[in-house]
Amino acid sequence: MLVVACIKQVPDTTQVQIDPVTNTLVREGIPFIVNPYDTHALEEALRFKDRFGFRVAAISMGPPNSEATLRKALALGVDETILLSDRCFGGADTLATSNVLASAIRRLQEQEEVGIVICGKQTIDGDTAQVGPGIATRLGFSQLTLVDRIEHLDREKRTIRVRRKLEGRHEIVEAPLPALLTVVRELNRPRYPSVPKRLASQETEVKVWSNDVLRLDVNAIGLKGSPTWVNRIFSPERDKGEIIGDGVNDPVATANLLIDRLLSKDLLAL
Amino acid sequence: MQPNPTVFTPLLIAALVFFAWSCYRRFSLVTLGRGEDRFQRLDLRVWDMLLYAFGQKRVVAKPFGINHFVIFWSFVILLIANGEFLIRGVFPAVSLALLPPSLRHALLLAFDAISLLTLVSIALAVGRRLFFPPSYLNTPYVKARSFEAFLILAFIALLMLAYFGLHGAEIAMGEEEAAAWMPVSSFVAKVLLAPHSSLLIPVASFCWWVHAVVLLAFMMFLPHSKHMHILTAIPNCFFASLGKPNTQPREEFTRGSRYGVSEVQEFTWKDLLDGFSCTECGRCQNACPATATGKPLNPRQVVHAIKTNLFVNGPLIQKGGKPIVPLIGEEGEGTNTEDTIWACTTCGACLEACPVLIEQMPKIIKMRRHLVEMESQFPEELLNLFENMEQRSNPWGIAPTERTKWCSTMEVKPFTAGETEYLFYVGCAGSFDSRQKHVSVALATILNEAEVSWGILGKEEQCCGDSLRRLGNEYVFDKMARENVRLFQEKGIKKVITQCPHCFSTLKNDYKQYGLELEVVHHSELINDLLKAGKLNLSQKVTDLGRVLFHDSCYLGRHNDVYEAPREIIAAATGAPPVEMERTRNNSFCCGAGGGRMWMEEFIGTRINLNRVEEALRKNPDTICVACPYCMTMFEDGLKDKLAGQTRVRDVAEVVAEGLR
Ligand code: SF4
Ligand code: SF4
Repeated sequence: MLVVACIKQVPDTTQVQIDPVTNTLVREGIPFIVNPYDTHALEEALRFKDRFGFRVAAISMGPPNSEATLRKALALGVDETILLSDRCFGGADTLATSNVLASAIRRLQEQEEVGIVICGKQTIDGDTAQVGPGIATRLGFSQLTLVDRIEHLDREKRTIRVRRKLEGRHEIVEAPLPALLTVVRELNRPRYPSVPKRLASQETEVKVWSNDVLRLDVNAIGLKGSPTWVNRIFSPERDKGEIIGDGVNDPVATANLLIDRLLSKDLLAL
Repeated sequence: MQPNPTVFTPLLIAALVFFAWSCYRRFSLVTLGRGEDRFQRLDLRVWDMLLYAFGQKRVVAKPFGINHFVIFWSFVILLIANGEFLIRGVFPAVSLALLPPSLRHALLLAFDAISLLTLVSIALAVGRRLFFPPSYLNTPYVKARSFEAFLILAFIALLMLAYFGLHGAEIAMGEEEAAAWMPVSSFVAKVLLAPHSSLLIPVASFCWWVHAVVLLAFMMFLPHSKHMHILTAIPNCFFASLGKPNTQPREEFTRGSRYGVSEVQEFTWKDLLDGFSCTECGRCQNACPATATGKPLNPRQVVHAIKTNLFVNGPLIQKGGKPIVPLIGEEGEGTNTEDTIWACTTCGACLEACPVLIEQMPKIIKMRRHLVEMESQFPEELLNLFENMEQRSNPWGIAPTERTKWCSTMEVKPFTAGETEYLFYVGCAGSFDSRQKHVSVALATILNEAEVSWGILGKEEQCCGDSLRRLGNEYVFDKMARENVRLFQEKGIKKVITQCPHCFSTLKNDYKQYGLELEVVHHSELINDLLKAGKLNLSQKVTDLGRVLFHDSCYLGRHNDVYEAPREIIAAATGAPPVEMERTRNNSFCCGAGGGRMWMEEFIGTRINLNRVEEALRKNPDTICVACPYCMTMFEDGLKDKLAGQTRVRDVAEVVAEGLR
């Protein structure tokens, strides 16, 4: 069985600033990282490999330099990596992206049964959380979002039981395979690559699939296949804070003042 | 009095063969280690050997060490007497009598005096072990082995007594023409003559055989005991690291290599020789902050475990087999646990203490390298550190764009090649740590006041990688070091000011391995020079800091020998030299944050910083003065823990900046 981890290279958003004049992201010189949620997706895929001996493929859609992200996945121990890269994939929204990723998974399925697909719950640059569910829908896979624990995988009955992390509660659900999971950070602690694996990853091939391989209708991918348009990006105005009381000379009264303020704004419950 | 050589000769040959075989076996085990060039600068090596092995510089640094010095030198001189004894046992005609009489007399006088002195020293040594054992001898491990120590002391004492007995009897029988030169033996002769002269021949014969048997037993036992150091300490000092072992060797990252050490033969031959040179004196253990606070690490045990492991696994490896006792694993003889390996703060106290220049800490880092680089096995707190370092080049993972926030209230120029003299390498703590940022500002103010030409790298500055290297993550350190070296070369940087002893040592010592020769100064050194050159004038005496105590940072003091500069500037600013703690200068006790321990939890034992803070508080300081951002954090945290809020912590630069107001 093949487990597919979908990962994305994103700009390190803590370092991204917004140009106040043009309202666009200043991306120059900003380092790229693996989308943090995806590192947990990758880790869980590798744990399936450790436990059940499944093969793991990591796929990523992005510009050619996304190869670095897939090399990191290789260093962690995935068996196969595929970069989905083509000019005509560019400018994609979540719909067009899920079309490309779903099509790639379908192709992988031609060689080997894909039982589980794992995605991070969302990326830190788009924050939509739509690509995972989009892939599941297009592939007709069971859709298990916000997974924070794998409860059980029944290989005989071909079912998977997971725990979902929801607002204020957990939900345990079971679904038939094949299934797509989107995962949260609490699921696991990603591993650290050993040096021999890092060095080996530098020499392993990262397959690149363009649209010549996937043969998707150009109207379903890239900018043309994207019904979503970004109208404006801006940083929200933040009110400057204020200094209340005199903490140096009267800490007790200042603390009380602070508690009153927090209570009045409903930020603290007694 | 000379017994029949036909009995003694076979005994001597057997003993010599056994001794040679034991030595050869150990030597062949040492050669299992990896190659390492320890032959450069033979002149310096000879000097180290004379100073530390023959001069026993570090042995005598401790009050009781003089006793060891006496025993050692007696041993060396009595080698002549014992050599003669053995040769004459086989060839009765060959003896000191062949020498010119005056020389023989002088030698006999020396032997007599030295033998008596040795007896006194042995008595003192036995008395000390019995009645005043130093606290570090009082551990189950050492107690179990002290039989060996008593046995050796008994051997030596017996040799001396037999010597006097034999020569006393010979004098009494009138066989010794040089009796006048042998006062102690002559005294024994008088005692022997008194009871019965007919006993003289049996007494002489008995003493001769006691002397012979003890001497041969001693020789055979030697390689099998910790007293092997009598033979190995001398070459060990000769092959010791020439500089301070304040940096680690580079690794070549090529496919198919192994990194670090997980099996004993992956150590270098010098590491293995260290194992055979340990005198088990316990000085390293006594100095180690990890041992003192109840961690499983004891540097002596690390050295001992390597030796034990080599004894078990070495012969198997020699036969082409696999080791059976793991070097790293569950607690057991010959094995170091992971907790042991992670407990080291790399403070260097063990290195500084060892009388025979054993390098304990570097072995620990080699094992860390294996755990990190081959196994990805480390305390979980380190995962964030490693990721943050690699992605954002600072331990906290703060955005590099915030590197210049510390100077948002002042005008700071970027370093410009050809224009700026010094690069002020602010460092991660100086850039991001809210407390240390004040020190950066204080130092910048001082530099401006003294009109030093300086600039910063700003957002281009990268972490030096110290913690990574000490934690054994050499692969990522190597990447960061190359990056930094490229940046420094590109910018034409020649002179650097650091406020952090860890940056200081890394730029100064570690980057040399990358071909980058910089003139690196710690801010305490520069400030001291500026004060002395009159370029910095303190407008007022700093009085409101009260009683100021100074704590030595390991990477400034022990690892780089900067002891005076911070003290002198405190004296210049406050008008009085700082108060000293009991453990000070090269005996200073670590704050607990070095070696990457800054980024780890301290779950086992008591806290190292509290141990040090308690020591500091015993001197009732109003201000504890430090010269390192890690020490700053550890002291501030420790004082909070001790609810000693009235005691402040200040960097030396802040003290001086105060005087500029
Ligand atoms: S370097 Fe310091 S902490 Fe490490 S073993 Fe030596 S004395 Fe102990
Ligand atoms: S390693 Fe050095 S200091 Fe430590 S016990 Fe052995 S000889 Fe003594």
